[in-house]
Amino acid sequence: MLKVEEQQPVEFSSTLIEKFDEIVKRYPAGKQKSALLPLLHLVQAEFGWTSVAAMDKVAEYLNIEPIEVYEVASFYSMYFLQPKGKYVLEVCRTGPCCLVGAEKIMDHIESKLGVKEGEVTADGLFSWRGVECLAACGFAPVLQIGPEYTFYENLTEQSVDTLIDNLRNK
Amino acid sequence: MGRKLLLEHINVPGINTLEVYRQKGGYRAVEKALKTLTPDEVVEEVKKSGLRGRGGAGFPTGMKWSFLAKPEGVARYLVCNADESEPGTFKDRYLMTYIPHALIEGMIVSSFALGANTSYIYVRGEMMPQIRILEKAIAEAKAAGFLGKNILGTGYDLELYVQPGGGAYICGEETALLESLEGKRGNPRIKPPFPAIAGLYGCPTVVNNVESIAAVVPIINDGGDEYAKVGIGRSTGTKLISASGNLVKPGVYEIELGLPVEEFIYSDEYCGGIANGKRLKATVAGGSSVPILPANLTLKYANGEPRLMSYESLSEGGFATGTMMGSGGFIAFDEDQCIVRNTWNFARFYHHESCGQCSPCREGTGWLEKVLHRLEYGHGKMSDIDLLVDVSKKIEGNTICPLGDAAAWPVASAIRHFRDEFEWHVKEPVKSLSSNYGLANYAVPIERKVEEVKQDNL
Repeated sequence: MLKVEEQQPVEFSSTLIEKFDEIVKRYPAGKQKSALLPLLHLVQAEFGWTSVAAMDKVAEYLNIEPIEVYEVASFYSMYFLQPKGKYVLEVCRTGPCCLVGAEKIMDHIESKLGVKEGEVTADGLFSWRGVECLAACGFAPVLQIGPEYTFYENLTEQSVDTLIDNLRNK
Repeated sequence: MGRKLLLEHINVPGINTLEVYRQKGGYRAVEKALKTLTPDEVVEEVKKSGLRGRGGAGFPTGMKWSFLAKPEGVARYLVCNADESEPGTFKDRYLMTYIPHALIEGMIVSSFALGANTSYIYVRGEMMPQIRILEKAIAEAKAAGFLGKNILGTGYDLELYVQPGGGAYICGEETALLESLEGKRGNPRIKPPFPAIAGLYGCPTVVNNVESIAAVVPIINDGGDEYAKVGIGRSTGTKLISASGNLVKPGVYEIELGLPVEEFIYSDEYCGGIANGKRLKATVAGGSSVPILPANLTLKYANGEPRLMSYESLSEGGFATGTMMGSGGFIAFDEDQCIVRNTWNFARFYHHESCGQCSPCREGTGWLEKVLHRLEYGHGKMSDIDLLVDVSKKIEGNTICPLGDAAAWPVASAIRHFRDEFEWHVKEPVKSLSSNYGLANYAVPIERKVEEVKQDNL
């Protein structure tokens, strides 16, 4: 899944490094590896995905082996190991959401955006995917959009249309 | 109206701010604990309260605390488990969103009781908005002198940090959570040693659910004995129930333990009945991991007595006719829902979330998903039904952590109670694609039995 050769080198801005420094302070001396998950979130928020080049830089910063970063990034579902659209619509597809129509919502998003799950629209703006339970079952169906993980609840086909149109015109 | 201990002020405007939270009596528990009680006295109050872990296992919190090793010169940690990911459960998100200081206050009191000077709240990564809310609340509490050095002049120091997860259900398991907090993959650890002896960074650690920690606040304010008066039997206090599925009013409800299940589903104070005038077919009473029950066994025991929302009552009848309280994720299925499809959906979830460490779970969950998929899509064989039972038995009890059990139980229980619906999918492969089995006899009321119930050797 990790394609090294296609990847451009990345630079971390001083603002980003300052944020890293703040996070590392939370842990006891020598336990800086604890910062790995929060750091990867910051990287993904900055670059839109978690590239091998960026992971190598994180490893260097935390003074750990690159493999320690790769194995974590590939384990957790939130880190994108490939570039995605600017907006990734993540729709909950687990039981309680499906009881009230999540599957129809995913079908609708697929036809509205014209791309399959995991693909990117031609304009580079959108991707979508089904994700497992987002802990909002009482307000189902739901979707979230990173990097802020804004939540959209009680979805209908109309509300999804409005959401996508608003994002497109932003 | 039942008593509210956690959500009493949830509708007060601005209750998410320190100012309003304090006007409503917030941070009294911190003052009381730090100024008038010793750490051991706080532990004693929690023991007296009978509070049981609200994350799913239901283990007494006070007892868990008393197991914490206290070697000289070694740091101890309190880690709050806010990795809420169990399908059907969303109470912790609710609590953290609307009344974050209840968790912060509980963390301060609990950390004091355990002698922790650094504590972490591990929040699932998808809950970024909640992470921001908690960070803001922590900053407010720190500015008011409830966190940091020498809290309220008592000499007690505490730093509190929020740690985001990366999106993995398995990190709700406490040792996987600790691995994740150490910056690793969320692979559960072999126990023993338990976290109370060797947890975060190898130091003694307590991991508690958000709701358990928030419940410490009313326990300290009113006393453990007062808290224990609420509820029923060994199910003391109140419980947040996340109600979802085909209900008129899904949402988070705080109930006094012991409320009849029927009242919870049908009364207007709670869920208000089944949506769209449909009838109830089945429920999953405690989050997706617990056994599914048909409507009739949800409301009554096999002997016809009413079932209550409590740890003991929900598990009455064992797995033959009962279920579990779990994390309180109450999912209601109406007559139009397909049990096979839902079971497949849950199996897919567990397959996706298995960490892959133990073969029975890694391979078995995949098998469950595949076999259920072919049953649902009209390619099933009669023997598949027993194959599912067989696979689930081979997962259950054979893994390091309870995810294996959690994957096996929903499948085994669905077949136990809805076997005829599974068989119908095999016999009617085409019809089952376009229509559902329906309510069948799953809601036929159970008559009260006067004679003794015959015991099966199950």
